[in-house]
Amino acid sequence: MSVFWAICTQHMRLAWRNGHSGLAVSFLFIAVTLLPFGIGPELKMLRALAPGLLWVVLVIALMTSLDRLFQADFEDGHLDQLMLSPLALELVVLAKLLGHYLAMVVPLLLSVPLAGLLLNSAPESLPRVWLAMLVGSPALVLLGGIGAALAVSVRRGGLLAILLSLPFYVPVMIFGTAASGREPGVLLAILGLLSLAALCTAPLAIAAALRTAQR
Amino acid sequence: MLQALENISAIYANPARFMALAQRLHAPLWGLAALAMAYGLYRVAYVPDDYQQGATVKIMFVHVPAAWMALFGYSFIFFASLTALVFRHPLGHVAARSAAPVGAVFTLIALVTGALWGQPMWGTWWVWDARLTSVLVLFFVYLGYMALWQAIDEPTRAARAAAILAIVGFINVPIVKFSVDWWNTLHQPASVSRLARPALHADFLYPLLIMGGAFLLLFAAVTLMRMQMEITRQKLRVKQQLGQH
Repeated sequence: MSVFWAICTQHMRLAWRNGHSGLAVSFLFIAVTLLPFGIGPELKMLRALAPGLLWVVLVIALMTSLDRLFQADFEDGHLDQLMLSPLALELVVLAKLLGHYLAMVVPLLLSVPLAGLLLNSAPESLPRVWLAMLVGSPALVLLGGIGAALAVSVRRGGLLAILLSLPFYVPVMIFGTAASGREPGVLLAILGLLSLAALCTAPLAIAAALRTAQR
Repeated sequence: MLQALENISAIYANPARFMALAQRLHAPLWGLAALAMAYGLYRVAYVPDDYQQGATVKIMFVHVPAAWMALFGYSFIFFASLTALVFRHPLGHVAARSAAPVGAVFTLIALVTGALWGQPMWGTWWVWDARLTSVLVLFFVYLGYMALWQAIDEPTRAARAAAILAIVGFINVPIVKFSVDWWNTLHQPASVSRLARPALHADFLYPLLIMGGAFLLLFAAVTLMRMQMEITRQKLRVKQQLGQH
């Protein structure tokens, strides 16, 4: 178990030190700043669109961070070392995903309320959006990891990883925005189901994909 | 039965034997496809106009079979990839890779004819209807699959990565379909699906089935041709590598 946490904290520390977490958060705010230019500054309209816009911005910010998951480790050979570790590759993957979640996604989630204020989000809707994101974001990272792992041996495979993950994001997006609505109840449960199902299956697929990339 | 299937698949694991079979099947398959297509189009030409939709209903005879082939194509890729990964059948990857652009083109045909049909019927080129949306997502799945094959240089590595994607993506397709269906009923009134089909009359059904058969033959013919091409390409690659050393 100590190996698990070592991998997890190492991934986190690297993401922090290289400034990736800050970059992702700035990306989120830049995207939010662009939105009123695109759709107009009317506060009423922004309020109506805010939950959906926040979801889109979160998903895009998260997708752009996917190539940080395994790419660097693959290129400098660290991934080969990890495969030799006593831990099953599936658990190594899970540790890295957890580290990625804590280092990249949690800062994004923490910025969402502020971004919501910029978009004139309704005070009663913002907590609902945030809760739905909290429940749905694990699925986003886990499913995005599949795309990242498949594209890992491709130089500058970030865009490819996004293209591969996109179809997997459709259900999460649908139930995520729906659960941000007035009556989350069962929708939140479905969103949680998606996250749990991804938790059970994605590490297997990611580990299999990483094994094929190994030289 | 299973034993026989196993024997057959073992025989054609030899690419030379497969190439010989493909060579023999090539002409008859194309001939059959052309015949079925000609007969189907002839039947479609004499289909009566719909009382609501007029002559535009004839778009259906291209649109619906194309959508069938879009789904069939991806299922084919899935089973071929599964055969390749589980049974290590050497033709699995070749079949899956060869079928992908064919399925993608059929998906594109379904989308484009859908838009052409939607314009006069719904007054707009595109609606976010459940079926349209999930077919669009399926098109992206095809694109991702083909992009992955293209992006990875080393063939065996590309083959296995693509097979994993095909299998995971296949599990994803019904989930997307379910969620899009649910999403759509939430947002849209049933105005679109009301037009869809109040049980097809035989005048429409038989030409539709014939066109479906024709599209299936066309799919088989093009895929087989692409498989021959792919095997030849692999041979050429090996020869070049041998020549270099």
